[in-house]
Amino acid sequence: MAATPTTQNLPTVTAYELKLAWPLGAFFIVFFLAPLVLLFIVSLYTDTTMTHFGLTQYAKFLLDPFSLKVLGATLWLGVEVTALCLLLGFPLAYVYLRVPGWAQSVLILIVLLPLLTSVVVRTFAWIVILGRQGIINTALLELGLIDSPLRLLYTEGGVIVALAQVQMPLMVLPLITALTRIDPNLADASAALGAGAWRTFWKVTLPLTLPGVIAGCLLTYAAALSAFITQTLVGGGQMLFMPMYLYQQASTLNNWPFAAAISFIFLVAVFAVITVFNMLGKISQGYANA
Amino acid sequence: MQGFRRRMTAAPSTGQSLVIDAVTQRYGAFFAVDHVSLDIKAGELVALLGPSGCGKTTLLRIIAGFILQSEGHVVIGDRLMDGLPPNRREVGIVFQNYALFPHMTIADNIAYGLAARGVAADEQKTRVKDMLALIKLDHIADRFPKQLSGGQQQRVALARALAVKPNILLLDEPFAALDKNLRLDMQIEIKRIQRLAGTTAVLVTHDQEEALSMADRVAVLNAGRLEQYAPPTEVYDAPKSLFVNTFVGTANTLPGKVVALNGEATVALDIGGDIKTRAPTVPVAVGDRVTVCMRPEHLRLADSGEGIAGIVEMGLPLGPSIVHEVRTADGRALKVTEPRAAGAQPRAPGSAVRVRTVGANVISIFPAAAA
Ligand SMILES: Nc1ncnc2c1ncn2[C@@H]1O[C@H](COP(=O)(O)OP(=O)(O)OP(=O)(O)O)[C@@H](O)[C@H]1O
Ligand SMILES: [Mg+2]
Repeated sequence: MAATPTTQNLPTVTAYELKLAWPLGAFFIVFFLAPLVLLFIVSLYTDTTMTHFGLTQYAKFLLDPFSLKVLGATLWLGVEVTALCLLLGFPLAYVYLRVPGWAQSVLILIVLLPLLTSVVVRTFAWIVILGRQGIINTALLELGLIDSPLRLLYTEGGVIVALAQVQMPLMVLPLITALTRIDPNLADASAALGAGAWRTFWKVTLPLTLPGVIAGCLLTYAAALSAFITQTLVGGGQMLFMPMYLYQQASTLNNWPFAAAISFIFLVAVFAVITVFNMLGKISQGYANA
Repeated sequence: MQGFRRRMTAAPSTGQSLVIDAVTQRYGAFFAVDHVSLDIKAGELVALLGPSGCGKTTLLRIIAGFILQSEGHVVIGDRLMDGLPPNRREVGIVFQNYALFPHMTIADNIAYGLAARGVAADEQKTRVKDMLALIKLDHIADRFPKQLSGGQQQRVALARALAVKPNILLLDEPFAALDKNLRLDMQIEIKRIQRLAGTTAVLVTHDQEEALSMADRVAVLNAGRLEQYAPPTEVYDAPKSLFVNTFVGTANTLPGKVVALNGEATVALDIGGDIKTRAPTVPVAVGDRVTVCMRPEHLRLADSGEGIAGIVEMGLPLGPSIVHEVRTADGRALKVTEPRAAGAQPRAPGSAVRVRTVGANVISIFPAAAA
């Protein structure tokens, strides 16, 4: 919101806003910005004992196919989780607006439940569901649909599903907000003009929901990338994603400069993806609110 | 399908007739619309007039197909509409809040229905251009709805509905959001466009002036029931019920008892004196209690002689007319509107007057509500 001062009072209001922002600003500077600067300095050391400065850690990562593969796999994992959340979340949000009040409460509770449970508990629940002797395999075996247990745990599919469940509220809530803001008369107007349900959805509902879609995708994507516990526990040892990769470098190998460099490259990569998302959001917002 | 649609939209633009046959909408035990029957001729503009909550919107949504009525039938032209979804009814609708698509330009809004019907792109373009010319907005075709004034948005909503040449045009309180001056302009404008397009139109309103000035016929609704369906002048001059008499225009009401019936009626007023009225539209017998309805412009003041005695409370010179409020012996206020001669001043408050009617043929009586 660019404030164009038209009256005398506006500058005072702005001054108030700045004052009120100070506590949070100070908190961020001390606990976020300062550590980040420290981290950046650490990433500039060439050796693990941190004596010489140089860009070798960055070169090491960017020239190493293995590291690049981990980065690529992580960014792609986020895309897959986001896509699944959108695919499942949109119909859910759509249904939410069309059911009576009591059903809305039930749906919202189901959607919010993951947020009310600890990450570790949720993740272990998924292990119980996906494991060799898990609920799915047992059920399928009992029904005689399979002869031997399927491999569900420690697969990328397993990680995607578990992450999608955990991040679902971040997708569904913005979608519900966006859908709620659409005037119900628009769908009626569309129908009266001869459009069927699909046309109304593609031409009216979806375009007007785009800001919510973008917001939901942004949140889901960022959360899926950094979901260290779920990635690690459901993914197991074979699958390596950026959070675990840098954790290994820092804690196991004590290679702090390389871990710091990984963090920064990850940060920049995620920033790049989010900026693109954001730009789409801006465009769609102008489009929807024009 | 494609060819069929194109033929349909290319048809001459004259509207279709609309028959509403004993349509009823129940919500539980509550009747939102109660056995309403209307016969609307092609090209006619009918106003649905009634107070808030009387079922106007519900009836409109039934015609459009958004609600499936509990009972009765809707027939457009010679096609029975029951069970047909809104997108297959060829009915245009203008919503109270216009419901323009905010993410589309005006031109795209108007083209929307044409595209939905599979009209060829170049034909869409010419039709959109024609509609923009009709609503005189061709110079801002590329603007978005948010960038328009209320009146302009409304014209776009109208053009969007008319672009597909609907058989019936439905308007749900289309002027409610406009200020008074603009409202009058738009009423004339919509009437002009509707005449020009030859569309059959149903206008929902709770504004009686709007209904009387715009409609060919007015359907007065009360609590889901049709009270009267007649041309505006008839609704005003010969109201069929007490509700219509008091809701459409203003009416002074006085209680009394019928003492004679012979073509006209004679009523003995509770405050004393007899009054002659026209024959009742609802059957009453001699001795029945009735409510006498007198429009202010059908009353005259005199200094003495016959008439209802009263004291002037207030006099307002309104240019072409003078309005007096007269307090009768039992405390009722009577409004009297008289033509004003040049230089005429209102009577002084406190002066004693007699209120007379201009003639029996304009005074109505209705059976008194059983209290
Ligand atoms: N879905 C519904 N369930 C129950 N009652 C309803 C429903 N829709 C409408 N009603 C009731 O039906 C009656 C008629 O409603 P409607 O909207 O047709 O009124 P209206 O004449 O358009 O009023 P207004 O001038 O205020 O718009 C109202 O009393 C309303 O409360
Ligand atoms: Mg209404």
